[in-house]
Amino acid sequence: MENIYLLIVLSPLVGAIIAGFWGGQIGRVGAHWVTSAGVGIAAVLSLFVLYGFISGDNQVFNGSVYTWMVSDGLKMEVGFLVDHLTAVMISVVSFVSFCIHIYTIGYMADDEHNWPQESLAGKNSYQRFFSYISLFTFSMLMLVMSNNFLQLFFGWEAVGLVSYLLIGFWSVRPTAILANMKAFLVNRVGDFGFILGIAAVVMYTNSLDYAEVFKAVPGLADTQIQIFGDTNWSLMSVIGILLFVGAMGKSAQVPLHVWLPDSMEGPTPISALIHAATMVTAGVFMVARMSPIYELSETALSFILVIGATTAMFTGLIGIVQNDIKRVVAYSTLSQLGYMMVALGASAYAAGIFHLMTHAFFKALLFLAAGSVIIGMHHKQDIRDMGGIRKYMPKTYWTALLGSLALIGFPGFSGFFSKDAIIEAVHHSTIAGSDYAYAMVLAGVFVTALYSFRMFFLVFHGEGPRDEHAREHLHESPKVVTIPLVLLAIPSVCIGYFTVDAMLFGDWFAGALHVLPQHDTLGELGKSVHGANSMLGHVFLSPPFYLAMAGLFVAWFIYMKQPSLAEKIKGLFAPIYTLLDKKYFFDEIYQAVFAGGSRGIGSFFWNKGDRKLIDEIIINGSANNVGRFAGLVRNIQTGYLFHYAFAMILGLLFLLTWFVIF
Amino acid sequence: MQFEMSSLIPVLPEVFLLTMACVVLVVDLFLKDEQRIVSYALAQIALLLAAGLTVAVGSAETQIIFDNHVIRDPMSDLLKTTICLVSAGAFLYAKDYLRDRDLFKGEYYALGLFAVLGMMVMVSANSFLTIYLGLELLSLSLYAMVAFNRDSKAGSEAAMKYFVLGAIASGMLLYGISMIYGATGSIVFQEVANGIPNTDMNDMVLVFGLVFVVIGLSFKLGAVPFHMWVPDVYHGAPTSVTMFIGSAPKLAAFALAMRMLVDGLGALHADWQQMLVIMSVLSLATGNVIAIAQTNIKRMLAYSTISHVGFILLGILAGTQEGYTAAMFYTIVYSIMALGGFGIVIMLSRRGFEADQLDDYKGLHDRSPWYAAMMMLLMFSMAGVPPTVGFFAKLFVLDAVIRVDMVWIALFGVFFSIIGAFYYIRIVKIMYFDKPVDDAPLAPVGMDTQVLLTVNGLSMLGLGLFPAGLLTLCSAALS
Repeated sequence: MENIYLLIVLSPLVGAIIAGFWGGQIGRVGAHWVTSAGVGIAAVLSLFVLYGFISGDNQVFNGSVYTWMVSDGLKMEVGFLVDHLTAVMISVVSFVSFCIHIYTIGYMADDEHNWPQESLAGKNSYQRFFSYISLFTFSMLMLVMSNNFLQLFFGWEAVGLVSYLLIGFWSVRPTAILANMKAFLVNRVGDFGFILGIAAVVMYTNSLDYAEVFKAVPGLADTQIQIFGDTNWSLMSVIGILLFVGAMGKSAQVPLHVWLPDSMEGPTPISALIHAATMVTAGVFMVARMSPIYELSETALSFILVIGATTAMFTGLIGIVQNDIKRVVAYSTLSQLGYMMVALGASAYAAGIFHLMTHAFFKALLFLAAGSVIIGMHHKQDIRDMGGIRKYMPKTYWTALLGSLALIGFPGFSGFFSKDAIIEAVHHSTIAGSDYAYAMVLAGVFVTALYSFRMFFLVFHGEGPRDEHAREHLHESPKVVTIPLVLLAIPSVCIGYFTVDAMLFGDWFAGALHVLPQHDTLGELGKSVHGANSMLGHVFLSPPFYLAMAGLFVAWFIYMKQPSLAEKIKGLFAPIYTLLDKKYFFDEIYQAVFAGGSRGIGSFFWNKGDRKLIDEIIINGSANNVGRFAGLVRNIQTGYLFHYAFAMILGLLFLLTWFVIF
Repeated sequence: MQFEMSSLIPVLPEVFLLTMACVVLVVDLFLKDEQRIVSYALAQIALLLAAGLTVAVGSAETQIIFDNHVIRDPMSDLLKTTICLVSAGAFLYAKDYLRDRDLFKGEYYALGLFAVLGMMVMVSANSFLTIYLGLELLSLSLYAMVAFNRDSKAGSEAAMKYFVLGAIASGMLLYGISMIYGATGSIVFQEVANGIPNTDMNDMVLVFGLVFVVIGLSFKLGAVPFHMWVPDVYHGAPTSVTMFIGSAPKLAAFALAMRMLVDGLGALHADWQQMLVIMSVLSLATGNVIAIAQTNIKRMLAYSTISHVGFILLGILAGTQEGYTAAMFYTIVYSIMALGGFGIVIMLSRRGFEADQLDDYKGLHDRSPWYAAMMMLLMFSMAGVPPTVGFFAKLFVLDAVIRVDMVWIALFGVFFSIIGAFYYIRIVKIMYFDKPVDDAPLAPVGMDTQVLLTVNGLSMLGLGLFPAGLLTLCSAALS
């Protein structure tokens, strides 16, 4: 099996290398074939591995394949841990990535128009893009298949790096450059916490290996450490929160969420890739993988719960006022990530991963549908300019409808099972902050339905596009675009129904996720609900259904029935509208405080420290002095033989006196 | 004293070289001017075969012969082989240079071979007498070689200075040896070493003798304050001779130090350590600082030699197995670096143009990227930039010094290496970033020279990436 695992990881890498280094030689067709084939192999093998676990043929694999170095007993290795959790993750990642590869063939078909003429970066940009997305897949697979913290960190950083490259793919656009820098910097903040967390793990367990660390942590559960002064901190809380800071960066949780909406500057396929299957789910996966650590700290769990709930609710609200089609979907991603975090905070790790999986499918679907609309609209993205597109793009319309229904958790769709499970799990949770979280996620259901269908109605229903020119050219996207939509629509609709029993109420994650009995919210839930059908049976008894329907209705009423109402409400709640439109002024505050502050500190150190102290006084000063001194002492070398001989005698006398005296 | 023929075997390389030097001298008499290549070929064959013979008679055990005056041990094997090879390289580089300047004469090679013989005798010496013999043979040959271009005023002046100062140093060395003989009653190293504990440790005569001996040694190495001859001789001598003086004799001088100080006067380690500390500190400071003010590359390399000597002394003064190994590694590496550095100077020069000003290197990259790349490797190695071998040479020495708790002197060495890095890297800057002053195409050089330069330059990188091989050799040679 080890070879299969290696192949899963390496085939996207090989594709990326070939397309990246020899893109000019193999041409566009060669590039998309080789990368799609690489990811396709990974997808098929991942599904095979998953099937092996379902049928029970596969054993959990935990082994290292390469020892990088051993330093003071600390082993640094490349290794794989493949269990039920990993199998789900690699299948989702590689399958979604595969769909996106195919979709990209259509989406990037005339990428040369996006570059100014004579632009060197525009040369072979198509091949480069494929190389990047394959590399992205490789990084994510390395991350989820890792059996140690070092490789996890490698994948973590590699994902961050490639996302930087991809968000700023159109490097001639200033907005794209700004966005990728923002993503990179915000992720650095998170990664700083993450690596501190790893350092703490290594410091107290002297191991990077998951299995060894998890074996050691119960013994450290009561350890108190002192960081600043004499205050005692629980070691597990410190590690948990530090690691979670990393997850907040990658999974875009408040207040480190600001990079994600801006990442829409990248081409749509990578928005889908980042938001659906890779990168943002890394944080969720990591917390789930670290469940043995998190279970030991209720403080860390509460922290996750509150952060997640806040993200789920408040970023959803922003989604209501956005007008860029991709940004609406982006804020919806933020909100859904908040849901996943809430699940983790409530110790319902399985529900978090389950939502991650269903979300990967329907969010990729929604993004690709949005991309399809964008292709049809000739790269216009403002939903106020759209409308009535249903007539022109029927396949996009129907798949987007399925995706939206899945997103709002319409009964029977995959999102329904995962979201309902999270809400109910939080309901059963008793740790600090769970009441707040329950209120937030319930309200979030209404908000989700509102923004999803606001966008859906504005784009697909109502009057046709206002622009005559756009209307004439509007037609359904090519097959490479619609086939992935259909491929993704199928799991968006039905994967929840078929897997919920095993993943949430069965023992699928038995060996991979650890839940203490007192935290077992899903087990609690399982007492009253026994599976998919039983969940469906409870639909009409639970508030989320009515909230979702209310959201849907409100969206229809405001934006279809009474369009003038929207403007009125906007006027009535102007301060709130501004607050939402400005995204709670996060960007402005960060810009002023952090960017401005660090620039201020930077220019202070540059002017006073670097230029004055180091350059002028230390570097140039000492260089000048050495130079002056050298000029002086070279005069000792007079060229006169008797001076030389005299110097020798002096040296002799000096050495002799030295020994006479001492 | 009974003479056995078998005792000639360990000195077979020396005997062979002596014979060949005489052969060159005689054969050259019968050659026309255009046939001088024969002398050159004979000299090269002599050196290569001598190197081969050294390896052939070499073994891990130590042989002491000629009534304890000569020794053959792994250290002498390694050093003699290196001396022969480095000298062969110096002859190869010099061939075109000499021909251009009508200096392509058999005497050059005869003198060169005698100088190599002198070095080999020094390396194999086991008594003060033998070592003095070798030293004088080397010195006298070098005096003559410095003045080889007798029409050159600078050359004659340099030779004169070298000779007078060398005579003073020899006198001091001899005086020191006589005092040590007086104190211990012997001139054979082992017997001297055995004799020291029987003398009063504060015996003035012994300590004075030590001072004089160390001064003689420092003069040969060119350590401050006995370095005055170095810049003038390096500058005044023909570049080919400068290259020869700058490379192989350093190996012999290292052997001189090891034989006299470690084998003979090891018991006085605490005393000579202090002297070496003083001289090494002075050398590091003076060499590196004054080199900055030089505009002539030969003078600059002369001061660079002085600073490198400081490092070699650092390794020796540590007084440990590691320190000696590091110093030996450093010396071997330095002789190869110096060979390459002067090799480039030689290759760029032509008749009437010595290419010894820093300005002559401006824009070398535009004129010949390959030379520039090789020079860059050599300069980086001299400056101690990883991954070139110069970095490891410095690292090993510093490591050895720190291990004997002389941290301050290691810091001192690092500090002055940083200052020294300036003038090495300035050459790289001049070659790569300045506009060439002279656009004339470079004089064509033979394929043999080009190959040697390439091997020489790349060896900096190769030895730097895989320093373990040479280090193991050095370590084994000294154990």
